[in-house]
Amino acid sequence: MKRAGIVALNTFREAVRDRVLYNLVFFALVMMIAAILVGQISIDIEDEVMVSLGLSAISIIGLLIAVFIGVGLVSKEIDKRTLYALLAKPLRRWEFLAGKFAGLVLTLTVNTAAMAAGLFLALYYVKHSLQRTDAVVLVAVYFILLKLALVVALAMLFSCFTSPLLAILFTGGLYVAGLFVHEMRGVGSALISPGLAAILRGISYLLPNFENFDVMGAAAHGRSVAGALIAQNTAYAALYSLIVLSVAAAIFSQRNLK
Amino acid sequence: MTFKSYVALLVLVPLGFAGVWDLQKHIDASQSRTEVEDDQVILRSGKLVKAMSLEYAPLMADIYWTRVVQYFGNKHAGKQVDLRLLWPLLDLTTVLDPQLMPAYHFGSMFLSDAPPRGAGRPDLAVRLIERGIQANPDQWRLYYDLGFVYYFDMKDYPKASNAFLEGSKNPHALIWMKIMAAKIAAEGNSTETSVFLWQDVYNTTKDPEIKENAQTHLRLLRSAEDCQQLDALGDQYEKQFGRRPKRISDLVQAGLLRGAPLDPLGYPYTLSEEGKAQLNLDSPLLEKQVMEQRRK
Amino acid sequence: MAEAAIDIENLTKDYPYGFLQLKKKRSLEGLTMQVQTGEVFGFLGPNGAGKSTTIKLLMRLIFPTAGSARILGKPISDIAMHRNIGYLPEQPYFYDYLTAEEVLDYFARFHDFSAEERRARVSGMLKKVGLESAGQIQLRKYSKGMLQRVGLAQAILHDPEVVVLDEPMSGLDPVGRREVRDIILELKKQGKTVLFSTHILSDAEMLCDRVGVIVGGKLQGIGAPSEMVGLKAHGMEILFELSGVGESVRAVIAQATRTGDRYRLHVEESDLYAAIEQLHASGARILSVTQVKPSLEEYFMHLVAADRAQAAAVEVSGK
Repeated sequence: MKRAGIVALNTFREAVRDRVLYNLVFFALVMMIAAILVGQISIDIEDEVMVSLGLSAISIIGLLIAVFIGVGLVSKEIDKRTLYALLAKPLRRWEFLAGKFAGLVLTLTVNTAAMAAGLFLALYYVKHSLQRTDAVVLVAVYFILLKLALVVALAMLFSCFTSPLLAILFTGGLYVAGLFVHEMRGVGSALISPGLAAILRGISYLLPNFENFDVMGAAAHGRSVAGALIAQNTAYAALYSLIVLSVAAAIFSQRNLK
Repeated sequence: MTFKSYVALLVLVPLGFAGVWDLQKHIDASQSRTEVEDDQVILRSGKLVKAMSLEYAPLMADIYWTRVVQYFGNKHAGKQVDLRLLWPLLDLTTVLDPQLMPAYHFGSMFLSDAPPRGAGRPDLAVRLIERGIQANPDQWRLYYDLGFVYYFDMKDYPKASNAFLEGSKNPHALIWMKIMAAKIAAEGNSTETSVFLWQDVYNTTKDPEIKENAQTHLRLLRSAEDCQQLDALGDQYEKQFGRRPKRISDLVQAGLLRGAPLDPLGYPYTLSEEGKAQLNLDSPLLEKQVMEQRRK
Repeated sequence: MAEAAIDIENLTKDYPYGFLQLKKKRSLEGLTMQVQTGEVFGFLGPNGAGKSTTIKLLMRLIFPTAGSARILGKPISDIAMHRNIGYLPEQPYFYDYLTAEEVLDYFARFHDFSAEERRARVSGMLKKVGLESAGQIQLRKYSKGMLQRVGLAQAILHDPEVVVLDEPMSGLDPVGRREVRDIILELKKQGKTVLFSTHILSDAEMLCDRVGVIVGGKLQGIGAPSEMVGLKAHGMEILFELSGVGESVRAVIAQATRTGDRYRLHVEESDLYAAIEQLHASGARILSVTQVKPSLEEYFMHLVAADRAQAAAVEVSGK
């Protein structure tokens, strides 16, 4: 496990030295400033706009990083053959995967925290004070992070057995599908046969449910989020990621490197 | 690069672009393209837009609401706005974010207000607010908005009173909700009630347009009351002198009035041919009053 | 009997290809051989013969279709055994955002060294492969030769018992190659086992205790370089100059190869002195007399040609 940690820290170091990451974070900060300005235009909803815009920026940038870099975690190492010398070390393949995952999640945590800090600064600047109700924005940011971790796991899974492009498409597709789980469950029996509806329902429970992590509305309007939901989402993200990574490790362990 | 080639570039590039500019103008002239109004609400289906917004629906709602305010808060001075777009925009906004309170509060105001300021559709305003109440049963202020529309625009006093009553049941509701309910049930239309409601709008909004509208209504109410009082004095004069007063100064001379009263904009009231009090012909308030009366 | 450092048994590897990956290309067939402790073993073969495949199978980068292997007595699936082996991949590439020092430090962390020892080994390695001054520069700025040296450094940094090098000389200039040769010889002196693949025959001849020649996925021959080509020299070669031409030498020089004024003549050892006398009598000036040793190259080319002929025959008949 300690060896996975070595890989994790190196992955983090790689991300920090990759200038693309800085550009994205800079972009996010620009969004915060834009949020302040937009707030001035929309009378009566300054707070809502700021929180919505800020959280949207954090979410979108986080997703871009999670998908694109997540897919590259494994495929880049195989393509560039940096992996070869590494696997000759006393390092198991699954330890390598675990380390890569942890490294990117750590990177995302730092990035997200930085952008969230920017958002809170912007909020403070506009409202001149922060209340306890603003804590729900923190919960929203935490949920975004949970969702990103799950996306990274999925990206790694797909990149273990398909080309980078397909991995990106599958991950993105699965993410969008995971946002419509609710719709899938409620498909009227008038449209499709009951059997098919039952199958869809079943699938809807197995798909990664990204709707769970969507609390932007609550955050924008300062409504609190149940503590139970926080615990449940954490467990859900952890469990689902574990399943995905285990499958990825199994596939990767059998994979012939070129 | 040599100095010569540098200079050549500095000269040729602007010249080149000047030529391009000129050429483009000719192309445009010969093409005679029509200007497409960028004022459309292309997607009407709330559910479709919500699906396309993925998890960013609250942000999209904010954007649509901003559009509503931009156009219907008359921010675009002099631009012809299509009032038929108001309802679709509000519909989309509230489907995307059912908790966006300002959309219900001010949206209903824009909808129920008479043209050219609003869409003149108090029925749609009621529909909007009822949707809001369904999504936010604990927001008692929505019942207030509902009562507002019933009272002012639909003049349905039983329904207005009922709305205020429902809202007052919420433990967080302010005490005057109950008072309003009772007052409207008892009196129907009254100046006091109207003043209270418009004063509340004036105090709570940050939008300058809406504030100005509220202020106008308050001034009209004030002047109506002033005129009523002046008419009462006129009745007294009639009793005393057997005829109605011809000018305000008559009342002053009869000792019924201390000085010439001014309307909220500072213009002195005048008396009509029949001896009834009215706004000064020079007062800008008169124009607003005429507009209001046209609505009725 | 001491256990072999590397023990390979019937190692076979098929690669699927084609539409739906139904066809199979056999890139290694039934390889069975051993590398003894402390010897330097060279894998020879043309490109695509199966040398890299064998090494990748050993390092578990790819998995065998059949067969097995053991290193230091342990099955190759034993991860702990990797503490004692070092590997230099073919055309190595490392994280270009790291410096050489950071890469070596990173790899070193997977072994249980104290921080002090790790530092010492890393700087020692940098010195050993001649990258002392470039240690702080990011690898993205390194030349191929410099990357090769970093690769070699990470392979031996932890003082492994068995060192496996895939084309260690590729991309190096003569100075670099000399340095690598010296390092391999030093490893041998330390009693390490070295397995390396190359297609530069002179290096193999110079360094290896034994070589294995792989052509077309099969082990064609294995043994000491001199063994493989026969112990006996094939006669003598006389290098001479001739100014005039006489009747007596015409017969002789007819069999000689001529380059300008110089001639080379092959004779059997037993005929050497007679030939020298004859040439001397004709006024030829003898420049040198050397033993003709058969080269590994001849043997090698012979094997390659044979394999190609066989492959062609298979294609013609086997379709």
